[in-house]
Amino acid sequence: MNMLKRVVLATALPIVLFTGWYWLSAGSESYYAPPLRAILQAFADTWRPQRLRADVAPSLLRLVAGYLSAALIGVGLGVAVGLHPRLRAVLEPVLEFFRAIPPPVLVPVIMLFAGIGDGMKVIVIVFGCVWPILLNTVEGVRATDSVVLDTARAYGVTGPARLTRVLLPSASPRIAAGLRQALSIAIILMVISEMFASSNGLGFAIVQFQRSFAIPEMWSGIILLGLLGFALSLLFRLAERRALRWYEGLRAARRRAG
Amino acid sequence: MTTARRGHPVPLALAGPAGLLLIVEALPRLGLVDARYLPPASRIATALAAEAATPAFWQAVADTLYAWATGLLIAVVAGVLAGLVIGSAPVLRALTASTVEFLRPIPSVALIPVAVLLYGTELGSTLLLVCYAAFWQVLVQVLYGVADVDPVAEETARSFRFSAWGRVRHVLWPTALPYVFTGIRLAASVALVLAVTAELVIGAPGLGREIATAQNSDAVPTMYALIVVTGALGVVINLLTRTGERRLLAWHQSVRGEVAV
Repeated sequence: MNMLKRVVLATALPIVLFTGWYWLSAGSESYYAPPLRAILQAFADTWRPQRLRADVAPSLLRLVAGYLSAALIGVGLGVAVGLHPRLRAVLEPVLEFFRAIPPPVLVPVIMLFAGIGDGMKVIVIVFGCVWPILLNTVEGVRATDSVVLDTARAYGVTGPARLTRVLLPSASPRIAAGLRQALSIAIILMVISEMFASSNGLGFAIVQFQRSFAIPEMWSGIILLGLLGFALSLLFRLAERRALRWYEGLRAARRRAG
Repeated sequence: MTTARRGHPVPLALAGPAGLLLIVEALPRLGLVDARYLPPASRIATALAAEAATPAFWQAVADTLYAWATGLLIAVVAGVLAGLVIGSAPVLRALTASTVEFLRPIPSVALIPVAVLLYGTELGSTLLLVCYAAFWQVLVQVLYGVADVDPVAEETARSFRFSAWGRVRHVLWPTALPYVFTGIRLAASVALVLAVTAELVIGAPGLGREIATAQNSDAVPTMYALIVVTGALGVVINLLTRTGERRLLAWHQSVRGEVAV
């Protein structure tokens, strides 16, 4: 019963919105807001496996490559900076500045250096989403409980073990927060870099539809992008919940204890 | 971040930016990087000075800030109102949760083609993107904030027969306020990113469009100068929202744990 209620609650509004859109737009004469039926039709016609392979797969590959590199670089540098107060004092203003630059304006710069190939797009993604990961890792490492650190030292936990057993787990909730921010930046940059100069990719396809006034196709591309964003954030949440289960448990226990 | 800055002497904090300037100056001069791609820092500074002397530059800054502020204002008002309404009724909360979760991750840049069709290269395009992106930041924080209301305080207010408005005013609002500010702080930087992005991609008036123009006309130092300006704007906005938050919430700082997003 409880389960059923939850399913109903979760699906009611989407269903209402969807049918509402369907009925209200059914007789739409507006050129820019075609009937949902036409959009769905266009969705089925446009995003066939061949098209998915040609446009969506390259986008996703660039996204994954850029995101993972950014995660590696961000966590690696973040641990180094977090552990050395002097380094942090020197680098922090610079990092804050780079973080404040709206990432899309780097597209023209990186285009100068890396041309307009796949490399450019991956570099744009890395450059845009490395900052939240880096800064959150620094904060996380810095916030490691000093008692835990001393205890670890007393028990001779040093070197790599200190990193993987003490520092990274302790910083992981913050790192996860940074990774989550970086994920949405990565999707935005994936689309933008493809809108600039590209011959394939989801962003390229959507802009192409818009310029050729293939309006239902354009809407279908936007919907696909939305689904993609949703799926990625869902995946992230699952992974996060898995990796941070101990932390959620700890928080819940603390809350119960008051 | 703030404690680190407080704890260190100023010279170290200046060493970073100074070092960056030196590196940017030295790399192209030593021929390690093609000066056509990365001009020395001094040439970027000259370009910046030349830009600052033109009214067009200040017009672009004003356009960007106007779009940023208007979009942010709309998003904050809408986000706070929607958050309070949804958050205070458990049924609404349960009903909307899945929709919010679905709409939130839709990258706002996906709306660029729609914005172009609806508003062309006008301010409206920028506003649409800025509002959409910033709205969710505020809404989600307000929802967290409303959920954080102490049940005892809520019950107390009820048993003292506070009116609905009184409960919002004296119980809900003070609890949610820190979250509202966190939402505003996050939304402020997201709004700047989207404002500049819209100008860059769509060609709406503002700094972003100037960057695109500089790039198309091969004015590389000017392009870097404008990018530095957008970064500086971002830093200023971060500092302002953070100090504003600290001032206004001085009474609250100690009791709250910030929700990391």
